Amino acid sequence: MALAVPAEKLAKLSEIARSVRQDVVRMVYEAGSGHPGGSLSVTDLLVALVFEELKLDPVQPNWPDRDRLVLSKGHAAPAYYSVMARRGFLDIEELHTLRQAGSRLQGHVDRNKLPGVEASTGCLGQGIGMAVGMALDQRLAHRSGRVYAILGDGECQAGPTWEALMAAGHYRLDNLVVLLDRNGYETDGATEAIMGIEPIADKFRAFRLETVEIDGHDFSQILDALAHARATRGQPTAIVARTVKGKGVSFMENQHAWHGKAPSRGEAEKALAELGGRL
Amino acid sequence: MAERRVESLRDAYGQALVELGERDANLVVLDADLSGSTRTALFGKRFPERFFNVGVMEPTMMTMAAGLALSGRTVFASTFAIFAAGQAYNMVRQSVCYNRANVKIVATHGGLLVGGDGGTHQMLEDIALMRGLPGMTVVVPADAPTTRSATFAVTDFDGPAYLRLTRENLPTVTDGRFVLGQAGELRAGSDLTLVAVGALVARALEVAEELHHVGVEARVLDFASVKPFDEKALLKAARETGAILTLEEHSVLTGLGALVASATGENYPVPVRRLGVPDLFGESGEPWGLLDRFGLSKARALEEAWELLRVRGKVH
Repeated sequence: MALAVPAEKLAKLSEIARSVRQDVVRMVYEAGSGHPGGSLSVTDLLVALVFEELKLDPVQPNWPDRDRLVLSKGHAAPAYYSVMARRGFLDIEELHTLRQAGSRLQGHVDRNKLPGVEASTGCLGQGIGMAVGMALDQRLAHRSGRVYAILGDGECQAGPTWEALMAAGHYRLDNLVVLLDRNGYETDGATEAIMGIEPIADKFRAFRLETVEIDGHDFSQILDALAHARATRGQPTAIVARTVKGKGVSFMENQHAWHGKAPSRGEAEKALAELGGRL
Repeated sequence: MAERRVESLRDAYGQALVELGERDANLVVLDADLSGSTRTALFGKRFPERFFNVGVMEPTMMTMAAGLALSGRTVFASTFAIFAAGQAYNMVRQSVCYNRANVKIVATHGGLLVGGDGGTHQMLEDIALMRGLPGMTVVVPADAPTTRSATFAVTDFDGPAYLRLTRENLPTVTDGRFVLGQAGELRAGSDLTLVAVGALVARALEVAEELHHVGVEARVLDFASVKPFDEKALLKAARETGAILTLEEHSVLTGLGALVASATGENYPVPVRRLGVPDLFGESGEPWGLLDRFGLSKARALEEAWELLRVRGKVH
């Protein structure tokens, strides 16, 4: 089913993702706290969605015909803010305000502070349910907007996540896509060591979601999966994106210690050098 | 005292929902497998395409409700109070209130009057939980007419609301006029004030009637609008009557009584006594018998009233 994605497009997306990863490191370093690991793992999914897949208008964030993106793993806020800034929803300069008093860039995304955020999230297990509500609304109103929700893998241990997936399958919401950022780690360690969620694709299928598994850092696979979701009728789609926690920064990769910790100045400089940037 | 009509608050809610559904095609209703009990089934029968019975998933009923509301809809979500405020608390907090979603939670089966189902299902902490949420409106109607008008009233603004309804049919004690943020004065008086919500409003009126027979005139205030709270009416009562007795079918630690005591304590201290459920879980029993068993009897309320009158030096 692979579609030919032009090489220039892939190169452009990769370049944006590299900038976003630099932003993430700078933002979390400057803020002195935050979640670099899961922000770096989800970056490519966010870039593909916001730059290629979603119908959005930065000039009219509430454009009625837009698609909706719900960041259920609200702690990936740094990557989200950077992607939205680079898509024109806010100034790049504002990224320096992350987690500061009075900033629109809260530690977890807040729709009442920052236009473009569809749903405030943070406490896990709530985003999929809100996305289900939004998808139901689109269908009831005979609108064609699509809803995309990004789920973390630790969040797959939360009961309400499965309630919401059960509802998505029951209502046959083919305008809903759930993307799982399967980086394998949560705060305290590997998901499979703490509370195993595998076989996760089988679980999604059992909950009546069309399910595909991809490399979540390969843009052509991501775009293919999104096209497949768009062509799927009668059921929602789950995209299990295998990713690397801390992707792009060698000493953060697959280290759960970097789930929710800010780098020191030296570490930030080293990380940025690997990403081709500077502090 | 003339016999009062006794009516179902839940029926009043269900009927009001149908009328709201007729006038607003944008309104949707969710329930969690209790639609017969909560009466949302009336709406579901009339507007099946706008009714979602999600089964036993109260947390996700609240997140779905928020998602529908953030898409521009007016959303009602109903289940028992223990599930709405208890099971789904953080969903109500984050998905509904933090998002400022236009979700009206109508929770039936609040308080001891649930009866036979016992302590697991008798929600005695919900007023505290819901009142503590920024942006949340909290209404505890005393009768069917207030339930009807409050159901309409909460659709007049864009934002979250929590209505707590009683399972038992209750005597009609108001004329149904309800304004958010305004206490209803159901009886005039200057010797002391009885402040009550929900099922205990009728009890407060019974107590006032008894006191009247011996020459004591008690003011009775119905605080159906718990939040926004009519502090003005409360402080006026404190100034003019000098003593306040609160009555509620809720934990005495954190409910209306605590609110009244803190509001008067800060602004116009007068003796306050609080009648509510002690720091205990409920238990099974005949509903009205449970009120007596947990210290909410008319006799107990009268004792408290006399004690206040003694403290104020109005009787010896």
